[in-house]
Amino acid sequence: MAKTHVTMKVNGAEVEGLVEPRTLLVHFIRENLGLTGTHIGCETTHCGACTVDIDGMSVKSCTMFAVQAQGSDITTIEGMANADGSLHALQEGFRMMHGLQCGFCTPGMIVRAQRLLKENPSPTEEEIRMGISGNICRCTGYQNIVRAIQYAAARINGVEFKEAAE
Amino acid sequence: MIPGPFSYHRPATVADAVKLLSTMGDEARPLAGGHSLVPMMKLRLATPEHLVDLHGIDGLKGIRRDGNTVVIGAMITLHQLLASDEIAKSLPILHETALLIADPQVRYRGTIGGNVANGDPGNDMPALMMTLGASYRLEGKSGARDVAASEFYQGAYFTALEPGELLTAISIPVPAAGHGYAYEKLKRKVGDYATAAAAVVLTMAGGKVATCKIGLTNLSETPLLAEDAAKAVIGTSLDAATLKKAAAAAVAIMAPAADARGPVEYRKHVGGIMVTRALQRAAGRVG
Repeated sequence: MAKTHVTMKVNGAEVEGLVEPRTLLVHFIRENLGLTGTHIGCETTHCGACTVDIDGMSVKSCTMFAVQAQGSDITTIEGMANADGSLHALQEGFRMMHGLQCGFCTPGMIVRAQRLLKENPSPTEEEIRMGISGNICRCTGYQNIVRAIQYAAARINGVEFKEAAE
Repeated sequence: MIPGPFSYHRPATVADAVKLLSTMGDEARPLAGGHSLVPMMKLRLATPEHLVDLHGIDGLKGIRRDGNTVVIGAMITLHQLLASDEIAKSLPILHETALLIADPQVRYRGTIGGNVANGDPGNDMPALMMTLGASYRLEGKSGARDVAASEFYQGAYFTALEPGELLTAISIPVPAAGHGYAYEKLKRKVGDYATAAAAVVLTMAGGKVATCKIGLTNLSETPLLAEDAAKAVIGTSLDAATLKKAAAAAVAIMAPAADARGPVEYRKHVGGIMVTRALQRAAGRVG
């Protein structure tokens, strides 16, 4: 099958490559660009491990073709840290609140949570849980992931993080 | 899992898309959000030789009010429906239903056109569109035609779409001000298709039901309108005996498949419960 030339912006850098039409975006990101922080979990659009941010939308990159991302602006987990190399508030939150165990779902969780907090800077616990309902974690039972996102929201909003009473 | 090979086309107009689809016939499929088709292609349950990506067609995007009708472009995503003030104001049941479909990531990509046109009995929008009396604009090489949602579904994945035709827009008459509505969906987890779901739109006058429509999702090969159930509640105050009668009338037309969501009897049983709950919640919202 003839290959198509694609160009897009990934984590602020212009990138290009040759892809078959059937090449899934997640494979282009991992194999052509070498950005393996975006994980392949279920491959069936359920788990959310492959979530990336495309033009302001959280997208499961296993369910979109690389040719469809022509000209788009993409952020992956590798693009989350601040320009000075310090951790993004969400990365810090996941670390401080023990929001991960095995870490497999974490890139997708953080990239998704970033878009959630951009759309809703002060979400309730319920809104956080619904907001990450497309991301599956097999380790944590989500409690500490929710806390990590609450921590990050507080940091971004410049307010003190208070844990909800048990 | 990698789909089989295909050629990729990205037309900029409906006319070009229709031309591509008509020329390439059965070997071509339109690609909307892709969240049904791409997983099917990965499993090789679908192996189209040509994909006609509709994302480049501006004419399929947009939500507009046209008198007492809301017209929604086929490529409007579920996320855009949820963000629309017009939908929240004139068609709150559409907002409620969209929120019960899949998960946030899927809703950024999944489209209303794909949801209604695919013919999957598990999709939520078809029964809702029948409940609302919506119609679909179908465009093919010989022109455009409008088909009522209630006439569109013929069997699982079989619809009134002719080869080469594209569903381009959905027209929904705006329900009366103060109407009651509810979409009740039982699912095993977030993102699942319905074990059973029911849509209700009703109006009341003097404490009695004046008009009522009831739609059923995933309880047959096609979405269903529960007409006898709806008739049973007209003129009543939705007392316990009436609710029971309406649920029984709805259950009588259900013919779900036994699958991982449960055996036939269970799915019919919970289908009746969804009808009851939707009627009660809709009545409580009449304002």
